[in-house]
Formats: sequence, structure tokens, C-alpha cells
Amino acid sequence: MYAELLFYYLIVSLVVGSIIAFVLHPWPRYAILASFTIAMTASVAGLLLSIEVITTGSVHIELYSNMFFGSWGLEFDRLGGFFLLIVSLVMTSVSIYSIGYMKEYEGKYDLSVMGGLFNLFFLSLIVVIAADNIVLFLIAWESMSLLSYLLVVYEHRKEGVAGSGYLYLVMTHLGTALIIISFLIMANYSDSYSFSDLQGIGGAIPDVVRSSLFIMLFIGFGTKAGIVPLHIWLPSAHPAAPSNISAVMSGVMVKMALLMLVRSYFEYLGVIDSWWGLLILIVGSISALLGVLYALQGTDLKSILAYSTVENMGIIMVGLGASMLFLSYGLNSLSALALIATLFHALNHAIFKALLFLGAGSVLYGTHTRDMESLGGLVRTMPRTSVLVFIGVMSLAAIPPLGGFVGEWLIFQSLLQSFNIPEIGVKILIPISIAMLALTGALAAALSVRFFGITFLSLPRSEQAAHSKESPGIMLWAMTFLAILCVGLGIFSFWLIPYIDVVTTSILGVSTASSIVDGLVLSPGNSNFAQMAPSLIGVLMLIVIPVTYAASRYYGGQQKKRTSTTWDCGTPLNPRNQYTGTAFSNPIVRVFSYIFRDQTEIRTEYTSSPYVKKRISYHQRIVPVFEKYLYRPVVNIGMGAARRVTIIQTGNIQAYLAYIFAILVLLLVIFR
Amino acid sequence: MSTDLPTDIVLSIIQAVAILALSPLVIGVIRKVKAWFQSRRGASIVQPYRDLAKLFHKGSTVSQNASWVFQVTPYICIGSVFVASLMVPFFVTRTLGFIGDLIVVIYLLAMMRFFMALSALDTGSAFGGMGGSREMMISSMVEPAMLLAIFTMALIGGSTDLAAISMALAGSGIDLVRPALFLAAVSFFISTLAENARVPVDNPATHLELTMVHEAMILEYSGKDLAMMEWASMTKLVLFLTILSNVFFPWGIAMDLSVLAISGGIIAILLKILVLALLIAIIESAMSKMRLFRLPNLLTVSFTLALLAVTSYYIL
Repeated sequence: MYAELLFYYLIVSLVVGSIIAFVLHPWPRYAILASFTIAMTASVAGLLLSIEVITTGSVHIELYSNMFFGSWGLEFDRLGGFFLLIVSLVMTSVSIYSIGYMKEYEGKYDLSVMGGLFNLFFLSLIVVIAADNIVLFLIAWESMSLLSYLLVVYEHRKEGVAGSGYLYLVMTHLGTALIIISFLIMANYSDSYSFSDLQGIGGAIPDVVRSSLFIMLFIGFGTKAGIVPLHIWLPSAHPAAPSNISAVMSGVMVKMALLMLVRSYFEYLGVIDSWWGLLILIVGSISALLGVLYALQGTDLKSILAYSTVENMGIIMVGLGASMLFLSYGLNSLSALALIATLFHALNHAIFKALLFLGAGSVLYGTHTRDMESLGGLVRTMPRTSVLVFIGVMSLAAIPPLGGFVGEWLIFQSLLQSFNIPEIGVKILIPISIAMLALTGALAAALSVRFFGITFLSLPRSEQAAHSKESPGIMLWAMTFLAILCVGLGIFSFWLIPYIDVVTTSILGVSTASSIVDGLVLSPGNSNFAQMAPSLIGVLMLIVIPVTYAASRYYGGQQKKRTSTTWDCGTPLNPRNQYTGTAFSNPIVRVFSYIFRDQTEIRTEYTSSPYVKKRISYHQRIVPVFEKYLYRPVVNIGMGAARRVTIIQTGNIQAYLAYIFAILVLLLVIFR
Repeated sequence: MSTDLPTDIVLSIIQAVAILALSPLVIGVIRKVKAWFQSRRGASIVQPYRDLAKLFHKGSTVSQNASWVFQVTPYICIGSVFVASLMVPFFVTRTLGFIGDLIVVIYLLAMMRFFMALSALDTGSAFGGMGGSREMMISSMVEPAMLLAIFTMALIGGSTDLAAISMALAGSGIDLVRPALFLAAVSFFISTLAENARVPVDNPATHLELTMVHEAMILEYSGKDLAMMEWASMTKLVLFLTILSNVFFPWGIAMDLSVLAISGGIIAILLKILVLALLIAIIESAMSKMRLFRLPNLLTVSFTLALLAVTSYYIL
């Protein structure tokens, strides 16, 4: 009863919120305040509902019993409850943040449209998770894509935004088309449009069809998840959107793809073939590595974060692939371990990515630039934002004992368990994936150092950075909520993982919580293989660091600390002396130049004498490999084919009548 | 969790303090041997202790561009190295291993590197940025090799907990020894050289900023902060040598608490670290530092060896 009330409140309040936003159109500030406050209350309701669903069980509300294509209803099973938790946590923070952030757009763009679209977008996310009918799901999925498109092109007068939105629209519809085909084929086999009838339908489907469904669903949902090579829309759409929307898209929307992949493979199709899990594992590893490499060469703050989303979704796919691989060999408890690791990392990524995007929004708010090469010194002008972003960056770099580290550790441990797989070819392939994951993790640490160090530390590289101002309190509070979660998810992982295990038990039927968590200690596999207690690591650090401080002050006596200029070899230092973002990642770009295919150009301007240089400029161009070698040829073939077909469009109405007559005759003959 | 927690805590603290206390001596030995190769008498092997003591008694100058990241890094470095040492068996196979395994140790040291690179960027000098960017490049290529070497040892020893691997290998004589062990050991040794800024990856004794990787990151530190950063780096090297000795070749380590076993364990680890220190000193004297962009070749060799180690474990 309580759960159903929350459910009704969730839906109704979001509808009301969007209506109010449009009604309050003449008073933009109140429209924002009202709509986002309602969104925040809805997200709190969602949070409570998700906790209720995970602990007690599914909640169902029926919408229309006799709708076309069967009965339409909304149901949160435990897996849906977990993803509702992710959505609610991010949305709570983003709603509070947006109330302060939308001041950026006052007078420039229509604020009430943002408020209304935001509430509707939230509603579409809820329905995507909870729909129990295929057609309702597809409608919700398409609405989610369209609403997010509208939100991406919100700043429509800005250069490049319309193009990014268009690319996003095309790519998401490519995915949606494949999803529609797959679900309709599955519905054909189950003779019903209800998701509950699709459970285990894989057994009734012939092998060839099952495998093609697997591929189609992977490409379809993979487009939304941003898996290489379907990721090209992500680094242009996520930065183009306003920062609060980027946080939702990167944190939450890509996880919807994960949710549907888990449901499709584990519940509907059933995992039997081992090559499925292996393929996802390999694609995930490559995606993670390429994502982080491209992130390292970006200079736009948000594009770096968007590529990092590609990387983390790759890591999540590695976990998913490992889980499917173990399941196909009957190693159910290991499969549960890998799935728990995947879901845990998804939760962590949503939180720290949302935090980082909101931080980038704060930087944008304070400095009006997203270009890393013009920033710097923000740790002094925006001290509180920098601390909060630092926590997010630490979680991204997988620094113990934060949540990002625990998630990655669990995924490593589940991959290390691969020695239990009987087939030797697979056993040798997994260490390569481990190596790629390790490389990705280390490059992610480099990425975080670069992101935080160049943007926030040292001297400001431009006037905008030097005169930046701190964000308003409400934005800081929203980010603090996420930062506390970043730390808490790591330290209290021993408390959280049994709840995730409840979720995976509902899918796999195997509970491994008793073997994973032992008091404060996490011990995946069995307690003899590996153990870790992130809470104790945190406690130890908290003890050792003050002791070190006291000891160092005591030994050698109190010594003077004076401030002076940085060592400058005799020439006065200015902001141009310090490393830029491009310079910092240059060694890595050079090492991986095979992937980047970078072309550098150094132009020198001389004064009257050839020995006195006036100006030297360094240009580095990265070839967009996927656009150039994969998409451009496909687009060219498509356009070429289209051009050839236009020959039949003669403009002559008699010709068109003849075409209609011919087709009519053909149809009558074939489908008589 | 082990059944005898208080003993474990006491032993781990003793071992961690021992590693911390011994590290300047090991560095002193390496420098002495290098001096012999250069036909010098060299400084005394306890000179690093005197250097650290001198630094603790000096005042420090902090850059005006530095922020809290710069101030906090020395304590975090010592903290992370100490917490990592709590999980590494030094002379007895009893550690606080339930708090973290080998992967956690590697990531704690990665935390140290993370803060060092950030503090290098903090002061706004070009040298810091240069050191930081080179260090992140080298470390990103070392990580895959190290993790595969860890995986090999986990397969051989049946656990990723360091004490458990030591106990499994030392207790079973030569039953568990495979070719994979030696391949992984060589790979891990190359990773040790790379992670701890030794020749041929980085010259720790250089004074030319353009040739520095690790030294460039701590260029701006002075006084007590410099002492702590140097000490943390020394301890990191000894930690790696301890892991190399006690995880890959643990025979001799004490497996129970009898006086004989413990004294045997102490002698064994001191001997092994001495041998490794000699090896490092010989390599540093015999080879020159490699050019920065030739390093990927060396690190790929290390990675290939680790990959061969895992593959050979499965095939052989």
C-alpha cells in the first residue's frame, strides 16, 4: 500500500510538475523553482520506493487492462528497483542543482520549457524501467530519446549544438529500430506483448534467430550505452546539453541500456552460448580502452567526461560479459559475483559522473568557458567546488577506499575467477581483457590528474579563470550530496552489497552474499582467494595521517614554513610557463599514436631576424578514426544508393500512376 | 578474518615499521655499491638516515601558487605506503591481509602517485607538469604487466592475499613452482624498476631537470615535506623488493611464531633484499637511462613476459 502510494505520487507529481512548468511560463523563475522542486520530491519518493522494492519485493500498478496490444501496466521488480535507486539519487541532486544553475539561462532561453521537459524526461525514464508491456516500453524509450534530444538542443543558438543533436537523433533511432525489430520478433514467439510472458522465451526460439536477436539487441542497446564503435554521438551530445542534463544523460540514461541488456539476456533470451559473453567482454574491453584514450586528448571539460562515460560503460560491459560467460558454463555463483560487480560499478559511475558533470557546470557557471586550456587556479577562486570535484575525480581514478575503486576491484576479482572456466581458449583470452582493464584504469588515473590538475590547480591561464566566482550555495549542496555518496558507497560497500545480491538473486536464482561479505570484509569467490575491507582502509588512513602529521611536527622541532615564488630558473614565471592539457597528455598520445593518428604542425613566426622568433604555435589534430573509416563510407554508400534510386522520380505524374498500378497488381498476385 | 587478530595486528605493525625503518639503509647500500662501480669509496650506508634527519630539522619554503593539495600530499604518501606495508609479509606470513590484497596494495601506491602528480602540477612550474605527465605515461604502461604478474601469482598461490601466497609457496617446497613463476618474477622486476624511478627508466641521481621523471615531481618540496616524500619513495622501493622476495620466492619466511622461524625469516628477507639491491645497483651502473620514448619497448617486454607467464600456467 505504502509502495503503491509512492508509485502513484511519483507518476502524478511528474505530470503535474511539467504542467505547472508550462502554466507558469510568464514567470520563468517561479516555473523553475516549482518544477524542479516537484521533480526533487518525486525523486525522493522514487528513492523511498526503490528501497521498498529492493527489500520487500515487486510493486505493480495497472494502467489500462484492455489497451491495444494487451494490458498496460507499470511494475518495478527488484532489478527495476535498483535502477530506480540510481535514477532517484542522481535526479535528487540534479533537481536541487538546476534550481541554481538555470540562472545561467535567464533571459536567453525559455526556462519553463526546461522545467517541463525535465519532468517529462524523468517520467519517461520511470516508464522505461517499469513498463510491463512491449509497446508501452517502446513508446517510453522513444519518448526518452526525443525528450533528451530536445534537452540536448536546448541552447539552440550556440554553434555546433544543432549538429550534435542531429547526430544523436540519427544514432538513437538506429538503435531504436533494432530494438523494435528484436522485441517484436520475441513477441511473435510468445504470442503476447507482455514482458512477463517473454521470460525464458529463448528456449522456444531457434538458435540462429536467438543469436541474431542477441546481436541486434547488443547493437540496439549498445548505441544508447555508447559502446565503441556506436559511441560517436556521445562525445558531441553530452557536452552540447546543459550541464544538469549532461549529468542525467551520462549518469542515468546510459544505464537504461544496461538494464534492458541484463533483462534481455538473463531473463528473456537466456544465456546458453559462451560466445555471447565473450563477445561482450571483448567489445567492452576495447570500448573502455578507446574511451579513455580519446578522453586523454580532449580539451573540452565535458567532452573529456563524455569519453570517460564511454570508458566506464565499457568496464560495465566487461562485467556483464564476464557474468554471462560464467553463466554459460554453469558457474552460477561466479556469474552472480560478476553481475553484482557490474551493478555496483554502474551505481558508482552514475554518482561520480553526475558529480563531475555538475562540477563542470559549476566551472562553466563561474568562468563561462569549458576549455581546459583557458582555466587554472580555480582551487583558489572556487575552493568548495574544487573539493567536491576532487572527490569525484578520486572516485574516477579508482583511489581506495572510494566507491569507484571498490567497483573496479570487484570486477577484477570476478575476472580473476576465470580460472574456473573449463575451456582453455577462453581462459587465455580473459587475461588479455584483464590487462586492457588495468591499462584503462591507469590511463583513467592519468585522465583524472590531468582533468583536476590543469583545470583547478596552479595559475589561471586566462582572464575568465582569474576572475571566476564560486557557485551559489544550492548548487554546492547538490554536489555535496553526491560527493558524500561517492565516499559512502566505498566505505559502506559491505552494507550495500547484500542488497545488490538480493537483486541479482531475483535474476540468477543464486545468492552469493554470504560468501561475498563477511562482516566488514569483502571476499569474493571464497574467503581464501581475496579479501578487502574498504571501511578499514579508510579508518587506517584516518588514523595514520594525523599520527604522521603529529610525528613530523614533533621530530626535528617546529620549523618555519615560509612562502615564496616557485623555482623559475631566474626568469619570472607567468601562466604560460606551466603545462597545458595538451602538453600533459602528449607523451601518452605519442605512445598510442597508432590509434590516434595524430598530426602535429608547428608554425613559427619570425621577426626581421631569423634568429628571433616572435611566436611559435603548436597544432595537434587527431583523426576521428570511426567517423572517417566506418561511418563516412557507410553514409556515402547510402547517399550513393539513394541518388541512384532517385532516377525513378521523374516528376511525371503518369509515371507515378504507372508505379502505383504495377505495385497494386504485384501485391494482388503475391498476397492473394 | 584470521582467528588471532591481536597477534596479527601487532605483527603487521612491527613489519610495517621495520620496512619503513629499513628503507633508507637499502638505498644507502644501493648508493654504496654504485659508488664502488665508479671507483669511489662512496658515502656511508647510513648516510640517507642522516640526510632525512637533517631535512626534518630544516624549515621549508612553499610556493605561493600551491594549494592544500601540495600541503597534504607528503602525509598521504607516507600514510598510503604505511597502510600498504601493513598488508605485506616481511619476515612472517602474518599480516592484516583481510584489509586488502595485492591489488589493493598496488592501488594504494597508485594513490600515492596520483597525489604526487597533482602536487607537481600545483606549483605552476613547467618541471612539475613535465614530471607528472611522464610519470603518468610510464605508470599506465606498467599497470597491465603488474596486474598480470599478480594474476599469475594468484593462480599459483591460490589467492591474491600476499601472506596466503607466501604461505602456500613456502609451505609446499617446490611443488607449486612453475616456469610461470620465473617469467612473472622477471616481469615484476622490470615493473619495479619502472615504478620506483630506477635506471633504465629514470635516473634517481640526476640533477638535470629535463631528464627527471620522479625527481621533477618533488622538486618544489623542502624541509620536513621533502623528507617525508623521499622517505615514502624509499619505502615504496623496499615494499616492491619485499613483494618480489616474499611473493615470488618466499622460501625462508617464518610461517609460525617460534624463535627459530622468526630469526630465520628475518635473515632470509634481509638476504633477499640485499641480493635484489645489489642487482639494482649493478643494473644502474651497467646500463644508461633509456630515452623516454624508447620506454614503451621495455615495458612491452615486461607485459609480454607477464602474458606468457599466465599463458604458460594454463598450457604447461
